[in-house]
Amino acid sequence: MTIHDHLAKGWTRDQMAARAARELQDGFYVNLGIGIPTLVANHVPEGIEVTLQSENGMLGIGPFPYEGEEDADLINAGKQTISELPHSAYFDSAASFAMIRGGHIDLTVLGAMEVAENGDIANWMIPGKMIKGMGGAMDLVAGVKKIIVVMEHVSKNGDPKFIPACTLPLTGRNVVDMIVTDLAVFQRPDHNAPFKLIELAPGVTKEDIRQKTTAQYIE
Amino acid sequence: MNKLYPSAAAALDGLLKDGMLIAAGGFGLCGIPERLLDAVRDSGVKDLTFASNNAGIDNEGIGKLLRTRQVRKMIASYVGENKEFERQFLAGELEVEFSPQGTLAERMRAGGAGIPGFYTRTGVGTQVAEGKEVKVFDGEDYILERGIFADLSLVKAWKADETGNLVFRKTARNFNLPAATCGKVCVVEVEEIVPKGSLDPDCIHLPGVYVQRMIVGAPYDKKIEFVTTRKREAA
Repeated sequence: MTIHDHLAKGWTRDQMAARAARELQDGFYVNLGIGIPTLVANHVPEGIEVTLQSENGMLGIGPFPYEGEEDADLINAGKQTISELPHSAYFDSAASFAMIRGGHIDLTVLGAMEVAENGDIANWMIPGKMIKGMGGAMDLVAGVKKIIVVMEHVSKNGDPKFIPACTLPLTGRNVVDMIVTDLAVFQRPDHNAPFKLIELAPGVTKEDIRQKTTAQYIE
Repeated sequence: MNKLYPSAAAALDGLLKDGMLIAAGGFGLCGIPERLLDAVRDSGVKDLTFASNNAGIDNEGIGKLLRTRQVRKMIASYVGENKEFERQFLAGELEVEFSPQGTLAERMRAGGAGIPGFYTRTGVGTQVAEGKEVKVFDGEDYILERGIFADLSLVKAWKADETGNLVFRKTARNFNLPAATCGKVCVVEVEEIVPKGSLDPDCIHLPGVYVQRMIVGAPYDKKIEFVTTRKREAA
């Protein structure tokens, strides 16, 4: 197998973000996590308007500012400088998480180290390593209407990340609705149902997924 | 009543004591009460507990008080980008209570509103729930979180009038608003004091009832953690 063949199999980070972006609906209020989830903003389907929320207190995140127009008072949750849009709104952190906890945000896309077959997610700490904290991740997975996880199908060591039960400390219990990996998409209709394999990335077979997944799912 | 003080040290006079709990505003370095934190450091007060979303970064914000070993405990949601914090935490010199960001904000809001505890789904089934009461409402688990009642609030705002009505600027509002409400005394640093009557009463973010003392902290040289920009398209 050549390097080219290897690259052709599965989705790139941008393609994973584009796949997650297909879940966006017109009028959605959306919170995007750091990393691949941030790329979702570049793939909003044509004809659909979404409003991005930043949990440090803003609705209507605009693009990065032009050089020289950075404003220290205008940052996103990743502490990067951003800009505002004509319909942007600012609020305090308690109000920000009231709208998250209260179920007013339609969708969040975030990364994960592990997702379990029962919808548990682990993405905030690894025992023995420096703990930086959960930030807003626990609030988001507990409060947002739909939770999409975007992650590599296997870890750098080749270990499956969609597994029977999380081994790392949980961020949330039974909260994930959809998983987009570089190889496939899994979804479940509600939090009592098992995940179903609904899509394969180009060049990926059901057998590939079976070999790289230890979680139970419906084919 | 005059709420305006000539300096940060003067505004904090008589308010600081060892072992106290301070609620501080800011998110990262955005909207941190830097003049007041500097004055707390200079006072030499120690064994402090800070309720603050972050712990500053090395040599900025609360990070300065970590270097001088004046902080005993942090109640925070995220403490990355801070080597001295990491060193003290791993050495067991600093106690840390991780509180999810929304839970922390609500704990401050609740404390300020006289609410000693509230139930939330955030953290159910995680380490955050350990030792906390679980209550079932309509078939769903919730955990009990406590309101924060701080001895002192330290806050940064954009503008204030002479009576302490506050206006914040853009995402620098963040934890400053809930933090301001949950302390027995709230000290605010602002960029500008404007005369009574020049702020639109419909556009006050935090009414002056919460504010006891103020200083003008300007001029500010606001720090940015990550500068991200885009190129201008050619005309």
